[in-house]
Amino acid sequence: MPYLEESYDIVVVGAGHAGCEAALACARLGLETIVFTVSIDSIALMPCNPNIGGSSKGHLVRELDALGGEMGKNIDKTFIQSKMLNESKGPAVHSLRAQADKQDYSREMRRTLENTGHLTIRQAEVSEILVEEGRIEGVKTFSGAVYHAKAVVLATGTYLRARCIYGDVSNPTGPNGLQAANHLTDSLVANGIEMFRFKTGTPARVDKRSIDFSKIAEQPGDEKIVPFSFSTDPQSVQKEQVSCWLTYTNAETHRIIRENIDRSPLFSGAIEGTGPRYCPSIEDKVVKFPDKERHQVFIEPEGLYTNEMYLSGMSSSLPEDVQYQMYRTVPGLEQVKIVRNAYAIEYDCINSLQLNPSLEFKKIKGLFSGGQFNGSSGYEEAAVQGFMAGVNAAMQVLGRDAFVLDRSQAYIGVLIDDLVTKENHEPYRMMTSRAEYRLLLRQDNADLRLREIGYEIGLVDEKDYHYVKEKEQLIEKEIQRVERTQVGANPKVQQFLETHGSTLLKTGTTLAELIRRPELDYFMLTEIDENRPVISEEVAEQVNISIKYEGYLRRQKQQVSQFKKMESKKLDQDFDYSKVGSLRKEAVQKLNQHKPASIGQASRISGVSPADISVLLVYLERIRREQ
Amino acid sequence: MESGRYSDTIAAIATAVSNSGIGIIRISGSKAIVVADRIFESIKEGKKLQDVPTHTIHYGMVKDGNQILDEVLVTVMRGPHSYTGEDTVEINCHGGVLVMKRILETVIRSGAVAAEPGEFTKRAFLNGRMDLSQAEAVMDVIAAKNDYAMANSVSQLKGSVSRKIKKLREALLYQVAYIESALDDPEHISLDGYTRELRKALEEIVPEIEGLLKNADNGRLISEGIRTVILGKPNAGKSSLMNILVGQERAIVTDVAGTTRDILEEQIRIGDVSLRLTDTAGIRETEDVVEKIGVLRAKEAAKEADLIIYVVDGACPLDGNDREIIEMLKSKRAIILLNKVDLNLVVEEKELEKMTGHPVIEISAKEEIGIERLEKEISYLFFHGKLDFNDELVITNIRHKNALEAALGSLRLVFQGMKDGMPEDFLTIDLMDAYGKLGLIVGEAVEDDLVNEIFGKFCMGK
Repeated sequence: MPYLEESYDIVVVGAGHAGCEAALACARLGLETIVFTVSIDSIALMPCNPNIGGSSKGHLVRELDALGGEMGKNIDKTFIQSKMLNESKGPAVHSLRAQADKQDYSREMRRTLENTGHLTIRQAEVSEILVEEGRIEGVKTFSGAVYHAKAVVLATGTYLRARCIYGDVSNPTGPNGLQAANHLTDSLVANGIEMFRFKTGTPARVDKRSIDFSKIAEQPGDEKIVPFSFSTDPQSVQKEQVSCWLTYTNAETHRIIRENIDRSPLFSGAIEGTGPRYCPSIEDKVVKFPDKERHQVFIEPEGLYTNEMYLSGMSSSLPEDVQYQMYRTVPGLEQVKIVRNAYAIEYDCINSLQLNPSLEFKKIKGLFSGGQFNGSSGYEEAAVQGFMAGVNAAMQVLGRDAFVLDRSQAYIGVLIDDLVTKENHEPYRMMTSRAEYRLLLRQDNADLRLREIGYEIGLVDEKDYHYVKEKEQLIEKEIQRVERTQVGANPKVQQFLETHGSTLLKTGTTLAELIRRPELDYFMLTEIDENRPVISEEVAEQVNISIKYEGYLRRQKQQVSQFKKMESKKLDQDFDYSKVGSLRKEAVQKLNQHKPASIGQASRISGVSPADISVLLVYLERIRREQ
Repeated sequence: MESGRYSDTIAAIATAVSNSGIGIIRISGSKAIVVADRIFESIKEGKKLQDVPTHTIHYGMVKDGNQILDEVLVTVMRGPHSYTGEDTVEINCHGGVLVMKRILETVIRSGAVAAEPGEFTKRAFLNGRMDLSQAEAVMDVIAAKNDYAMANSVSQLKGSVSRKIKKLREALLYQVAYIESALDDPEHISLDGYTRELRKALEEIVPEIEGLLKNADNGRLISEGIRTVILGKPNAGKSSLMNILVGQERAIVTDVAGTTRDILEEQIRIGDVSLRLTDTAGIRETEDVVEKIGVLRAKEAAKEADLIIYVVDGACPLDGNDREIIEMLKSKRAIILLNKVDLNLVVEEKELEKMTGHPVIEISAKEEIGIERLEKEISYLFFHGKLDFNDELVITNIRHKNALEAALGSLRLVFQGMKDGMPEDFLTIDLMDAYGKLGLIVGEAVEDDLVNEIFGKFCMGK
């Protein structure tokens, strides 16, 4: 008999970026929720890079915000520099990134958690999941307490059997020397869950006072700051910013790395986990791209109240002495003092093919998971999964339908579909090239895409919902006006066209036609658009994009409608595919292993051919007619 | 997946593709009648198929632009009362491989897409035109036809074509990966002035695709023709025969048994008939490993052949090896050549004919006697419909051609995009489409190619 027993609707294991979103979503939906962490002081910790967002990750944060998540609001409160990346490129790849004050970020999130009703925070290590007949019953802590729950969300991040390594030093700790969770893996394995071992790494933190800033280039933030959250008033975030700095490695740096490469645990074989290809250590880069003469190093502040600086681009697991040598070859860092060493970290995570698109384990009802535990990487990827897992746990407890976003609705949909459909052998990072309908999935229209869904779930309030509905109408109205408004070949117009290097009009045309010209846009036409109503900049931006890129957008919409047809054909997840005689053996094996949720998902499994899909369609039709 | 297939209207040749009798090209789907109207000209001026009642037959011409392709009868059947349950048009033409191909190509250019193997049957079932008991059979048909098409579409592709397409795909993927890595990591990789480089790369790729397309018109993309295998014991005269038919020294001919160790392949024409001729290692029990592989391949090739030419060494008595070959001829179309009539024959023509059930022709490969009779026999079999073209081959060539045209179309959109000053992230959409289309030809799906290329070729930061 355990000495302590309590009951909750939902247990969340872990209070990192995934755990926080999961816990907040459940509690805000009115469910009694408890969230466990090995250290209360490390809630929403940022143990690696000191920023939120960036290419495609910024999209995730925007989408999460539109659905009613917390990350966007939290970074708006705690950022110290902000930049819109890719501004010279198309609107679909504009991406917001903000430098965070790490401690402030963590503290703000903790404050939000502590002030949310129905939410209990508990410092304890969960060591067992309790499963009865394929259904989750609760969890047990290392100290022996039992917490019963109707659903459990696992968000253990990089803490499971974690090991931090540099040179021949190997510490059995989680990130930043925090206590690892060494017991839960055994319980998961005992319950039939397949585990992987992944690896990632982080660069050294150095003392700002030891950097010679006269030798390196300053990287200031944007003049006009755009907030992450659709609920944040843009005026409220226009503030003083802190700069980042840019310097480069050189031949000497690379020589030192090459000469000591045999002392790297990655090359000596001491590290067994699979690392990501997109965020390689500096030694990986030097070995893999020997022709590159230099690599960029961004020096980023860790916060306003600390001298620690993050050396982005130089993560490493080389021994301490080599770290000193190589960092000190970099201009500006000749006298640098290391505050914390660079290290690689290894941890247990799961094979995410074991999950449904709702992030529930196929084999254990009521058990959900999110974040790096699912084999992803990055704060933003973690946060959105935590949110989705939390919402789905809540939906199940409330007896409502599972909440799944598909690849045509959101980057979140792409991320989760990839995780639960494709073989993944390295920490998964979001990339814009993974989103096949990315022209439609822009960061500027995340609210138009997802606010309503967030409202239906119950995490977006009336005010925000009505705001976006009204915005939608204004956009529609203005598009119609612009499409219909005739422009004559009068002197004023011709003068305008001539000034902007555009062909003069022979006959009349519409405003929309002019917007479509490469050298013009909606904003420039203000001069000749005499009856333009007063509209907000965000509405104007949508009007401009919709008209300017209409042809491309229409093509992607056509593709989406094809895609939706296949997604809507649902498959029974208990189905045994060996019953379908005409499927090829490889397809049967893959389909039985994946148990896809729809024909669409089945078609994305590698090893399932279009012919197999045709056979399945015929089989489904047979079953339908038999019923 | 069926990505990029926006049209739901499909077309294929519905009869066996041979030079005999009547050929039918079938079009099915919501635009079937519209598509047919675009290429059909009724004998009655101004008559449109869209206006005719269902289940009626119409006489007229199929035209490709101004050129008349054939005199045809067209049947219009509106859904749901058709084989597939959809609007269906059947074009009855005079047969003839070339004419059928031309008509199908024109239909496809006018808005239909080439049907997937088994797709008519699949649609018939899904639209409720076949009853439940036929479901298993339908699935088997789809699976079997696909296996066959898959095996063919890639294996029929000429090695040089396949290599060229793979090279073009690599070049395209590199460009896309460069742009994408810059989009994902803009602080490390710059796109300044990049479109100039892209334009240069595309100006090399486009003519290559245009060249391939020209070849597709001449049917030189795939090794088309009746798959013909020459079989026989070692030194029976197979290679000499092949050399005569091909008209040059192609196979090594010696008097030592077992000198043709690999498979040689040649395409030849006999009158209007095109043969894909395969010379094989002689079949006999062998201990030589290299030769053994050749023998195995010969047996494989014989299994897939449309026509087997079996060369018998008339100067030697038949033995176990001959009986093994004769076994392989069962249920195959074959011609038996009794070779070495210039020497003393120990094998009887009549006896051989009785044993095999196939026509026997006496020849001398060395003296080139009897070759004309062989050519006549092949023509006879073909024109009497006893030999079919493999119909999958015809449609394979058309699918390839389609894919090339689509790839070219996508690249033209890239040029247009550059001209319109579109940002690079728009250009990659069409570049990737072109990459995917070329992949259809070599049987490679897109999968995670791009992500792998980005990581493999470009140093990402962080």
